[in-house]
Amino acid sequence: MIPRHLFIGVAVLLVAVLGMSIYAWHMRGRVAAIPAQPAADTRALVPTFSGPTERATLFVAFDEDGSLRPRSAQIPLPSGRQQRAEELLSALLTIYLDKTSPHALAPGADVRSVFLVDPGVAVIDLNSAFADGHRSGVLVEDLTITSLIHTLSANIPGVLRVKILVDGKERETLAGHADLTGFYDVTAVNQLSTQLQPVQ
Amino acid sequence: MRWNNVRRFRLRRIVDGIGCLLSGRPSKKPLHENALHIVPWRSGASAPCKPQPIRTGLSPRGRIQPPARALLICVPLLLAAILLLAAAPDKHLSVYSTAANYSLPVVQRDRRDYVGLLEVLEPLGKVSAKFDGQRWRLRYNNRVEGDFFVGKTRVRVQGHDAELPARFLLENGRGLVPVSSLASLLPRFLGGPVTVHEDSDRLFIGSIATHFTASLAGDNPPKLVFHFTTPVNPSVSTEPGALRMTFSREPLVAPALPTLTFGSKVIPSATYAETNGGAAITVSSPVPLIASFSADGRTVTISPTSPATAQTVVAPPTPPAPAGIAVAAGPSPISHRYFAVIDASHGGDDRGETLTSTLFEKDVTVALARSLRQELESRGITVLDLRDSDATLSLDQRAYLTNTNRVAVYIALHATASGHGVRIYTALMPYGGDDRGPFHSWTTSQQAFLTLSQSAAADIANEFQKRQIPVRALTAPLRPLNNVTTAALAVEVAPQGSDLMQLTAPDYQQLVTSAVATAIAADRDRLGAPR
Repeated sequence: MIPRHLFIGVAVLLVAVLGMSIYAWHMRGRVAAIPAQPAADTRALVPTFSGPTERATLFVAFDEDGSLRPRSAQIPLPSGRQQRAEELLSALLTIYLDKTSPHALAPGADVRSVFLVDPGVAVIDLNSAFADGHRSGVLVEDLTITSLIHTLSANIPGVLRVKILVDGKERETLAGHADLTGFYDVTAVNQLSTQLQPVQ
Repeated sequence: MRWNNVRRFRLRRIVDGIGCLLSGRPSKKPLHENALHIVPWRSGASAPCKPQPIRTGLSPRGRIQPPARALLICVPLLLAAILLLAAAPDKHLSVYSTAANYSLPVVQRDRRDYVGLLEVLEPLGKVSAKFDGQRWRLRYNNRVEGDFFVGKTRVRVQGHDAELPARFLLENGRGLVPVSSLASLLPRFLGGPVTVHEDSDRLFIGSIATHFTASLAGDNPPKLVFHFTTPVNPSVSTEPGALRMTFSREPLVAPALPTLTFGSKVIPSATYAETNGGAAITVSSPVPLIASFSADGRTVTISPTSPATAQTVVAPPTPPAPAGIAVAAGPSPISHRYFAVIDASHGGDDRGETLTSTLFEKDVTVALARSLRQELESRGITVLDLRDSDATLSLDQRAYLTNTNRVAVYIALHATASGHGVRIYTALMPYGGDDRGPFHSWTTSQQAFLTLSQSAAADIANEFQKRQIPVRALTAPLRPLNNVTTAALAVEVAPQGSDLMQLTAPDYQQLVTSAVATAIAADRDRLGAPR
């Protein structure tokens, strides 16, 4: 014979379990009805300007032989110098973020903006994903810096020195080696670019 | 049976006597009555005494009987003695410097090793300390002032803030700092590099380290020859299968690998280890070994001995000084100008490139630096090694130490997984610079020496080409190359193939460092020319 109080206790527990199951089912349905939040967009920025295209020279890094090679590209470029600079670097990053990249950058790497300050100063503001996810090494960082600066100076006349920021702030190095505390001398970087030409 | 009773009686009396002595209780009977009279047992003779009941330690009324009381006293005393004997030896910090070698007691606070800062600095210069409320002010050589705040991790030295890894403590007017903080704290007072081997409590001030090489000579019987960069005076002991040299006051540091193998059946290997303020080299061998010292104390030869002398320990030229006593150092390796500075890049929190999940660039660069140091010193080039442990050194500190030592060449070492072979870098100079009269801009200090640096880099690249190692000479925005006021270059080493572990292989490291050392030695006159 089951005691009466035990019988009542079991019955109350069963009712509670049933009630909670119905509530959980109800909540599940509500969650499914909420539209999913879009995941963080890690795609590379493609040139956003859709006007007439121009031929530009991009200096592309190749890890395979540690070289920097010029590559011609038809890019839609606006007339403003600053916008042109941003479009050029966006086009360069598109190459680096491609599956067949010769010099892979971290997913989400981007140039936030480029400021051209007279006389002859360019400020490239990278996002933190660019620097935080960059591979460490003297040559690999050297290639990235040279590629950005030479691409900019080759297509935007009058740039004499370049400062690189990360998320709008000064950072000591790109990924442990390449110094970001000073201003890059465009002439010196272009000479380095020559050193980095592939051996014929 | 009777003889057993006699023995039981005798034992009970002895234990009872001890109990009386320990408890101070007067004996219930006069001594002569307690005296044991042994009656030889003869067949048929009566028992010499009545059989005694076996004691339990408790009297019928529950009181502890004398033998049990004696045991209760003796056992704790015995345990205490064992514990005292088995207790860990006191820890101490061995300090090696050009001024003096000495050792200091290390105390444990908050599960960390602490040492008195004043005691560390006292043998090195004029030190005074003053406590002012919550601030403990330390003055060194009337030149450098440091403020320490009780219970805080923040310190202020010469107007610059710094952080200790744990809080500063003041005990009986004695300022205690964590041993792990000395590597970053002492350079601010001393103005030179300091290396701390935390695991073994050894502190090296300046480039004081004694290095050694070991090589096998002769075939029958083979001899193991140790060459030391400064005279050494170890204590030697033998045990089955090994000969041990213990260096209690020499600033001996590890070779590139802690275990050296020689491919000999008689002397197969030697192992370097550091413990509690000292270093030891253990040479393993299946046969008894003997050690002999050269007259200048720089060479120790280990060779097999005859069975008769197997256990002989050859005494070193002079007995080692007891630990804990400050002694004047021998001939100083930094009494003259350094020719080269070797800088193992990264270190401490800055691990550099992660080469594999367990291998970091900072570790490979230290091994490369040790190898390069040996190669340069074997060519008669004096070297200042900026980092010989996992210490943190800022880029400014590295440049400052190089510039103040007025060396002929600065060589930074890097390692990488990308690419093949070796890259030699000189500074990619930043834009501008604001030189004013005799004062040069810090960011472009290298400008006047760039040609010399590029020339040295080209010579090193040529040496690599001669040895058929892939090499490139480039410029790079790599600090502190642009801050150095002498020939400055960086060597980045990548494996020749796809095997990353080649970076840790001593033969590959030596291949690279010997090429660099050969080129530097050939360039010695030009690099060392007065400027």
